[in-house]
Amino acid sequence: MTPQMQDAIIRVRDISVQFGSTKVLDGLDLDVKRGEILGFVGPSGAGKSVLTRTIIGLVPKISGRIEVFGIDLDAASTAERRGVERRWGILFQQGALFSSLTVRQNIQFPVREYLNVSQRLLDEITEAKLGMVGLRPEVADRFPSELSGGMIKRVALARALALDPELVFLDEPTSGLDPIGAGDFDELVRTLQRTLGLTVFMVTHDLDSLYTACDRIAVLGNGKIIAAGSMADMQASQHPWLRAYFHGKRARAVMG
Amino acid sequence: MNGDPTLERIAQGNGLALCAAGSWTARFAPDLEQIVADAEKLAGTRPDIFIDVSQVSKLDTFGAWLIERLRRSLTHGGVEAKIAGLSANYSSLVDEVRRVKATPAIDATSVTITGMLDQIGRAMAGIGGTIIGLIDMLGAVLAATGRVLIHPRAFRLTSTVHHLEQVCWRAVPIVVLITFLIGCIISQQGIFHFRKFGADIFVVDMLGVLVLREIGVLLVAIMVAGRSGSAYTAELGSMKMREEIDALRTMGFDPIEVLILPRMLALIIALPILAFLGAIAALYGGGLVAWLYGGVDPEAFLLRLRDAISIDHFTVGIIKAPVMAAVIGIVACVEGLAVEGSAESLGQHTTSSVVKGIFFVIVMDGVFAIFFASIGM
Repeated sequence: MTPQMQDAIIRVRDISVQFGSTKVLDGLDLDVKRGEILGFVGPSGAGKSVLTRTIIGLVPKISGRIEVFGIDLDAASTAERRGVERRWGILFQQGALFSSLTVRQNIQFPVREYLNVSQRLLDEITEAKLGMVGLRPEVADRFPSELSGGMIKRVALARALALDPELVFLDEPTSGLDPIGAGDFDELVRTLQRTLGLTVFMVTHDLDSLYTACDRIAVLGNGKIIAAGSMADMQASQHPWLRAYFHGKRARAVMG
Repeated sequence: MNGDPTLERIAQGNGLALCAAGSWTARFAPDLEQIVADAEKLAGTRPDIFIDVSQVSKLDTFGAWLIERLRRSLTHGGVEAKIAGLSANYSSLVDEVRRVKATPAIDATSVTITGMLDQIGRAMAGIGGTIIGLIDMLGAVLAATGRVLIHPRAFRLTSTVHHLEQVCWRAVPIVVLITFLIGCIISQQGIFHFRKFGADIFVVDMLGVLVLREIGVLLVAIMVAGRSGSAYTAELGSMKMREEIDALRTMGFDPIEVLILPRMLALIIALPILAFLGAIAALYGGGLVAWLYGGVDPEAFLLRLRDAISIDHFTVGIIKAPVMAAVIGIVACVEGLAVEGSAESLGQHTTSSVVKGIFFVIVMDGVFAIFFASIGM
């Protein structure tokens, strides 16, 4: 293995996903490097969420190969797969909190399943996680239906981080948040990435997030990655969609 | 690098250094907890204790918190325990967990007499609330019916027909099958026991009266409560959870008119039809068993049936059907609208929709029995 290959925490090679007769992903390649925040953009309906769900194994692919932490997920045994699942955290677009459990129970759920630790430590860790995502400990006893949209995202992030994963998938983490809330969330992701040494795979539409939070950006179009690189690379690109996206009215407002 | 975590004790003159090493991460959390619990006992034994973390190869929230917990419990008599050798990579993580206050969770309240009385009181108030809720819904549905009668254009025919297909047409096979089987069983049991007295033929009387007056409609009502009442509750409940009902209201639609009236009407039309089909199926099944098992040939069966039952028996059964439909519908809709945010709440209300629906159907049946007895039908 070359050092460069070891660096990639996710390696996606030539994967295709088809729904009925529509090909959503068509021979897509993507690398996510250890320790980076990768922003993943593309037009609505291009298959950003599909790629995320394919990597985490919720959508079956018709061909290709996915390696996470250097483990080929197709060839992995059940135990290996569980090992991988323990090392990643996922923030779903709608939060996907368990509605019949309190915030505390939601965050403790994965920890309780994987680790045999005392209730005291569970409670303390829960409080630490809530603090990390910027929520007060009082929130712990509320149910998800009693939380605001922004709080749901934060609790979902706290749950995704419960087992101290090395890799976090965020599916549109700032959608539905006000600009200040979204800015705080970007800041939060950055801080957590620094403190915990996370690798973050972030599907987003938020230009602010791309500017402030992401180290690298990958763009999805026609079932392939049409560009990947830094913000400067994106702005220099001549691809029509990229030009429209990064030089549009909204983009100018963000940059100005 | 990723060795098991350890915490070595090294005496340093007056003081004690606790040297942490290895990987202090979530994977080793159970071991770490034990290590830290052991080390916490050292609190106060030496005047100066500090924690050296320079040998820690990996640290995450779990490890950082446990080190912080150890530091706090070693802080004794105003002398603060220190953490030494913290690498720059991990200092922000340790700062982060330092803000945790770790307030112990409040234990669940224990069982007391006041607590039990409190629960009984709440349960009684809940029953009162249920009845008020049902009356409230009945009023709302009647008011909506009145509005629709005044403005017939507001009536939702398509929706009503759709629900009619769901609760009536699609329910026919299962209703007919079950009532047919029940008819067979009643007839077989009747013949088996009546034969001892040589009164085989009276099974026809029993079958006719029982099926037309009671079993036909009651059984079908219970099946409808289980099949359609639960569906109504689940539909309305999940719409409530996703704020669809609020959306309707803000668009100027009355949810009662749009969602509940068509469902109620479909149920009120469906139940008499199903009860009729059910009664016919049960009589057919009973007749078949009487012929094959009891040797009562079809002609004799029909002749005896004509003598044994009058149109009154049929009327008594069929009059009950729409009332029971209304009860099931109202219970289902009240429960559906009472659903709150969680999936658990949806499950609870769907269960209680069916349980309450069946309960009220049986209560109504009793009330009808008294009523028809006193008017001599």
